[in-house]
Amino acid sequence: MSQPILQLIILFSILIVVLAIGGMLIWLERRLLALWQDRYGPNRVGPFGLFQVVADMIKVFTKEDWIPPFADRSVFIIAPAVIVVVVLMSFAVIPFAPGIEVVDLNIGLLFFLAMSSLGVYSVALAGWASDSKYSLLGGLRASAQMLSYEVFMGLSLMGVVMLAGSFNLREIVEAQRHRWFVMPQFIGFVVFFIAGIAETHRLPFDLPEAESELVAGYHSEYSGMKFGMFFVGEYLGITLISALVSGLFFGGWLGPVLPPLAWFLIKTFVFICFFILLRASLARPRYDQLMAFGWKVMLPLSLANLVVTGAIVLMKR
Amino acid sequence: MISLLKTIWTVFMTMFRKRVTILYPEERPYLPPRWRGRIILSRDPDGGERCVACYLCAAACPVDCIALQAAEDEHGRRYPEFFRINFSRCIFCGYCEEACPTYAIQLTPDFEMGEYVRQNLVYEKEDLLISGPGKYPGFNFYKVAGLAIGGKDKGEAEDEEPPVDVKSLLP
Ligand code: SF4
Ligand code: SF4
Repeated sequence: MSQPILQLIILFSILIVVLAIGGMLIWLERRLLALWQDRYGPNRVGPFGLFQVVADMIKVFTKEDWIPPFADRSVFIIAPAVIVVVVLMSFAVIPFAPGIEVVDLNIGLLFFLAMSSLGVYSVALAGWASDSKYSLLGGLRASAQMLSYEVFMGLSLMGVVMLAGSFNLREIVEAQRHRWFVMPQFIGFVVFFIAGIAETHRLPFDLPEAESELVAGYHSEYSGMKFGMFFVGEYLGITLISALVSGLFFGGWLGPVLPPLAWFLIKTFVFICFFILLRASLARPRYDQLMAFGWKVMLPLSLANLVVTGAIVLMKR
Repeated sequence: MISLLKTIWTVFMTMFRKRVTILYPEERPYLPPRWRGRIILSRDPDGGERCVACYLCAAACPVDCIALQAAEDEHGRRYPEFFRINFSRCIFCGYCEEACPTYAIQLTPDFEMGEYVRQNLVYEKEDLLISGPGKYPGFNFYKVAGLAIGGKDKGEAEDEEPPVDVKSLLP
């Protein structure tokens, strides 16, 4: 088959699969949260409540799509699209299995970091355009949080880059054939995961939408599918971070017996579940605690990790 | 730090615990006998209506959802001519049951009273009246009350002495 057509097929199947995963996560999260709280969660629509997603979709599409008269219309409409677009763009560089990726970018990791930085625009603009004090506070918190956690999100990955000697995600996975990077780069893994939670503003770092303080934070004024887009963006973000963690630190598609794609999906799934477990178990920190934790603990830790890894890599040469 | 990890672990282990949810329409929850649900009017062991239409329940009801009309039969027994409870207003507080001197009105462990038409929530006497004595078997108000009715004169009730003749000089 000609190369471009194959590429297109891969592209669209990744798009559809990723969006489907994002949708199913709504159901998965509710079921898992319920499991960890001794409840059942949605279990009525279809087998195990699987069609709950369909019901939710119908509901969210038929809701009144209201734009407040005081909002900044165009920005208000663009903001929810931005987050979904940038997260989907990041999926372009994720290697799902050998040959199954959209682009084999030699600066894949940098591309992901750039895209995740763009994600903050969505939240900040949504908070700004809503022209409501709670939204604005949410947007402010989001920008501060995401900017500061981005700093060491990038730094924490540099250890991996040094060990693999490449920014290309496929080559990073290949470099883990003998040993997963989680062992030499455990600190990097922890820091990256925490930064990933903060980037997707999931609990316990959901200060931008802290419902107990800010109504719903930056998306207080959103309804209908625009609100849905923020949610899809958030779930896609979880999937993205989980995929990256499994690719960068846990050997991606590498594994015995099962086909590569299955390994990748299993590893990603485990981390998605861990995201949800964190939501079920941890309380939200105060805002100043969050900032102090970021700048005083995480940043020095990732810097130290960077220096030590660099020294070891140099010594081994 | 350690406490955070412990929290996560504890929450993870709840996975293997039994869930507390009762899957309602398939599984039924246990309702204690004194559950305050659908209201009934009971009968005494002889099959007569217990309610003596004293209006105490209607007076006690905080939301005024009981309406009744007293009447008297040829034996001098009082009974309600109609007895109406508007369940769309009732808050199932159980005050009516507490106020009732004859154990006539009782709340039962049944809560499945959903209706599509609001008017159907207004229960009349024939909807409320049951054939048995409910939670208090054996109690018969007119058998223990001092009131004289047809077929039972003063002093003939259970545990009752004949009335004292206050005009007699004998001790
Ligand atoms: S339960 Fe309370 S509200 Fe209902 S009828 Fe009795 S007294 Fe009124
Ligand atoms: S139900 Fe009880 S309280 Fe109410 S009128 Fe009848 S006897 Fe009196």
